[in-house]
Amino acid sequence: MLSYTLKRLLQAIPTLWIVITLSFFLMHLAPGGPFDGERQLPPEIEANLLASYGLDKPVWAQYFTYMGNLLQGDLGPSFKYKDFSVTELVAQGFPVSLELGMWAIGLALLVGIPMGVIAALKRNSTVDYMVMGTALAGVAIPNFVIAPLLALVFGVFLAWLPVGGWNDGHWKNMILPVVALSIQQIAYIARMMRASMIEVLGSHFVRTARAKGLSEIAVIFRHALRPAMLPVISYLGPAIAGIITGSVVIEQIFGIPGIGRYFVQAALNRDYTLVMGTVVFYGALIVLFNLIVDLLYSALDPQIRYDNE
Amino acid sequence: MIMNNATSAPPVASNSLGREAWRRLRQNSAATASLVLLIIIALACLLGPWLTPWALDEVDWNAFLAPPSIESGHYAGTDANGRDLLTRVFHGGQISLSVALVATLVSLVIGVLYGAIAGYVGGRVDNLMMRFVDIMYSLPFMFMVILLMVVFGRNILLIYAAIGAVEWLDMSRIVRGQVLALKRREFVEAAHALGVSSFKIVTRHLIPNAIGPVIIYVTLTVPKVILLESFLSFLGLGVQEPLTSWGVLISEGKDMMETAPWMLIIPSAFLAITLLCLNFLGDGLRDALDPKTR
Repeated sequence: MLSYTLKRLLQAIPTLWIVITLSFFLMHLAPGGPFDGERQLPPEIEANLLASYGLDKPVWAQYFTYMGNLLQGDLGPSFKYKDFSVTELVAQGFPVSLELGMWAIGLALLVGIPMGVIAALKRNSTVDYMVMGTALAGVAIPNFVIAPLLALVFGVFLAWLPVGGWNDGHWKNMILPVVALSIQQIAYIARMMRASMIEVLGSHFVRTARAKGLSEIAVIFRHALRPAMLPVISYLGPAIAGIITGSVVIEQIFGIPGIGRYFVQAALNRDYTLVMGTVVFYGALIVLFNLIVDLLYSALDPQIRYDNE
Repeated sequence: MIMNNATSAPPVASNSLGREAWRRLRQNSAATASLVLLIIIALACLLGPWLTPWALDEVDWNAFLAPPSIESGHYAGTDANGRDLLTRVFHGGQISLSVALVATLVSLVIGVLYGAIAGYVGGRVDNLMMRFVDIMYSLPFMFMVILLMVVFGRNILLIYAAIGAVEWLDMSRIVRGQVLALKRREFVEAAHALGVSSFKIVTRHLIPNAIGPVIIYVTLTVPKVILLESFLSFLGLGVQEPLTSWGVLISEGKDMMETAPWMLIIPSAFLAITLLCLNFLGDGLRDALDPKTR
């Protein structure tokens, strides 16, 4: 287990390095510098500015400086939020994004798994068709369509919940973004859970459990549920990546001060260091979560042992 | 004898597969209805701009944020600049659908060639090429695309290329798997023995035989591409004014939803219905083309 963890960690390093390097050189390919576009600066001042950010050096030298700083957890200064470093901005936004994401993934599991199980147990009934129809709609319709529609219905027409804002994480402000963020994952998980539950319910060990006279509840909860949940566990990696990507739009729509909103605003303002810092941060996060999910998977599935590899 | 069978069998089989698949697709009422609806939406987007009484960026000075009405000729209302929403939705549909077609085609070409080469050459080259795909998989691609759009500006050709370049990974894996399985078959060996060049074997024998799963995957790629394009447009990184797309319209609608909800609801409905239909059609095609369920 330990050796596998180490191996995966070592594999994550080149991936991250590619992300960082690609982002860095893409950013520097961009036409224009960070100080164009505002008022035309006198050449001496611009030269001074460039020098103070180290932008007058050749690109490869800047690359090594950036990598060196990155290893110390410094993502560089933001060009638009003048008094903040990118690291500070990320550190400010991350707790908010994390809270939102945790609730969303929790809700996705809490709703998606029971939906799939019920659909599998009542296979080909009206309930099954209703669940799967809803799930198909959830898969097909993107969250940036669902989110404003939710805000329109519950925020504007019914006026039950605030249309946007964070309000220090008040639960009323959380409901709409969390729901919007998790709908797509709920749909995926429900579909996956239904398929794997149907498969497990048809397997020999479930037949044996039934044959020895266990009640249906015991069969489902003690025997069928755990193996049926394995595909869902392995889906958690992509699910988390999906929620992270989704949070970019959702935070923008609901005006939530997380990393996602910084990212969009930075992209629109051409705040290259902030864009890059968030890409690097998100990249690292996705790689890390994929690793955790794989390890979790191996812990839950007795048939998989990574040590022998 | 084996050679005869092998050279004459595939075209016949593929013909009847196509006809059989079409028959099975028509039996699937959800898929058929989706296909019809998609054709209607595509035709509306193509012809619609000529049928509405307004031009794409024509400003109606009498109607800012006017609600939908039959009398005024703004069947879907107007936006904050007095432009007819229905006309804009049709134009946006043209962009969204063209991105779907072109970007899917780009991903198809890259994915099929890459997968076919990796699978056919095999060995170390295959290993290297597929390891590269693995690494690409683990990159947070949505962010790379966004970075690309930020850096190179919002050009529609770039949108085609960027989205196509992201979506080819799955396709290459599928084609590689197919080719790996196919290249050991007798008809490929026979072609070899007859002195057919490797290039010809790949293009004439291997790729046509792998086409079933490829078609299935293409139908799954189209909605993904539309989604990605509208996601970018929604973030303000897609096409630029005066061009528009469904994502742009939804984004504009979201900002105005409290005063002009139709600006959000109408483009959202178009996008949602199109995506739903594409999904139904994809599922239907998968069932129709899957040889195992026959």
